[in-house]
Amino acid sequence: MSDIILETKGLTKHYGGVHALTDADFVLRKGEHVAIMGDNGAGKSTFVRQITGVEQRTSGTITFDGKDVHFAGPIDAREAGIETVFQTLALADDLDVPDNLFLGREITRFNWLGPFRLLDYKAMREATIAGLERTAVKIPNINNTIQNMSGGQRQCVAIARTATFASKLTIMDEPTAALGVQETAQVENIVRTLKEAGEPLILISHNMRQVMDLVDRIVVFRRGRIVANLKKEETDGQDIVAYITGAKTGAEYEGAA
Amino acid sequence: MADTKHGTGGLKFDEKKRTWPNELNIFFALILIIVVFEVLGQTLPYMNDQSFLFDSRGRFDSIFNEARLRIIILQVSIIGIISLGVTQVIISGGIDLSSGPLVGAAAMIVMSFAQTELVNGNPNPKAVFGTWAFDLPILIPVFVGLAFGAFIGAINGSLIAYTRIPPFIATLGMFLICRGIAQAWTRGKPVSFPTEGYAALGTGMMPVYWFIGLAIVFHFILKYTLYGKRTYAIGSNEDAARMSGINVQRHKVLVYMIASMLAAFAAIILSSKNLTAQSGMGIFYELYAIAMAVIGGVSLTGGRGSIIGTVLGAMVFGVIQSGFTYIKLDAFYQLMAMGAIIIGAVVLDKVRQERAMLRS
Repeated sequence: MSDIILETKGLTKHYGGVHALTDADFVLRKGEHVAIMGDNGAGKSTFVRQITGVEQRTSGTITFDGKDVHFAGPIDAREAGIETVFQTLALADDLDVPDNLFLGREITRFNWLGPFRLLDYKAMREATIAGLERTAVKIPNINNTIQNMSGGQRQCVAIARTATFASKLTIMDEPTAALGVQETAQVENIVRTLKEAGEPLILISHNMRQVMDLVDRIVVFRRGRIVANLKKEETDGQDIVAYITGAKTGAEYEGAA
Repeated sequence: MADTKHGTGGLKFDEKKRTWPNELNIFFALILIIVVFEVLGQTLPYMNDQSFLFDSRGRFDSIFNEARLRIIILQVSIIGIISLGVTQVIISGGIDLSSGPLVGAAAMIVMSFAQTELVNGNPNPKAVFGTWAFDLPILIPVFVGLAFGAFIGAINGSLIAYTRIPPFIATLGMFLICRGIAQAWTRGKPVSFPTEGYAALGTGMMPVYWFIGLAIVFHFILKYTLYGKRTYAIGSNEDAARMSGINVQRHKVLVYMIASMLAAFAAIILSSKNLTAQSGMGIFYELYAIAMAVIGGVSLTGGRGSIIGTVLGAMVFGVIQSGFTYIKLDAFYQLMAMGAIIIGAVVLDKVRQERAMLRS
């Protein structure tokens, strides 16, 4: 069994004549945390959308957990074990924390009742508390509706979903973009907890300090192509900026962009 | 085992921050309205000494004016049954305007399967299907009625879920279609004289028992079943529900089917109570049902509300209507005042919602 959890080869996506993503070769190992950086429109989100099945790729292969995969939609991807924390938090404001964590995969009893089967509130509440404790998320009252929570707490709830459901890969799309300093710190702590637990992560971020703090490796996208694959120890902020802006291109990617 | 009374990450659960249930507000509003009418009744110069809800003349065994209480609850029961369904539709983020005309259409159709052959020894003159449809077992008309409701609801739900036209438009169209069905069914003639068994469904206080029974059932369903949770989830954030793997479209069809079946059931009870069905039955019922839900705290933006709230909303509705009659307010002004109260309820809900947003 190889230690590669996700591998893409020649991943390409065209929107009509627009080449949003060209020949992306990407490897993620188990337990590894990788950041994806790049300017707006560089192809980061397109790349993630192909992996999570939100869109269908034009060509190329995706191997996840040793198997070739063709996800028809984000639900397929989630069932395979890819959890995505979307930029637009997929939370229902009027429901409380356990309800949101278990949205779409509620624990139920008397399943022969079909749509009217009973919710197992107790089991969901206990699993929620266990999941939140594991990620060290601080929420004063899990029975509160999401509506009454701060942006950071909401983000934590969204991230805690991944911890509750023992996923194989977590993808976070700008998890701290809208958060204050303290809240950002809390989210970063959760990311570190995931690292300690050996859960692989793809982090899309514009925040250089955060990236250097949290991940092992940085992949830079520019104009739809991967232009650099850098180990954190061998690079610095200035270097990365040079790749992002196009002043430099990685040796193995010469002629790419 | 983790203590659910506490927060996570070492944070203490803040007891003071527990949210005040909205149903209590409505309950206090109900008490307040009763007090207002009671005071008006004692102070308005043209009123005699009769109390609004209390037995001031020793006519009953209890301290209450049982006759008025009975009328209030009987009056709201049938529309209340409709509003149980409308509540679910609104919580899911939709609206159903077709329930009133559906009552008319369903009553006509159901009644033509429920007629009896002999009325006081004389032949019943108006057979819709010929004499074979006389004196059928009671289950047949009830089944036909619920099936018709399910059919209309399935069309409503499918239009809204699969063509994505606004619920307002889809059910407005169905509003006219149902009124048309009701009139075309017998070309406007009423259908009367059901079998004894059918008449028993809505006799006396039966509508009240049906209303309370169904309210308990649907309170349980909304609170403790997957169906209920997903109804709230869809109304709260449809995109989130879809991204979480909930089949939003199929669920919406189910919600509209249940709502229309409840409206059809209300038609069965109403036609049984009146011993007749007319194409004009159920006029304004859709609006009153929506009003009961809204007064009861069901948010028109979806995601919030409860069956308990709607039942209290129905009681507020009934008390206000009865109160207006008690203080001898002209029927014309009653409609106007009712309209103002509905607008007021929505404004209050809006204010509450905005305050909640500011707090967070």
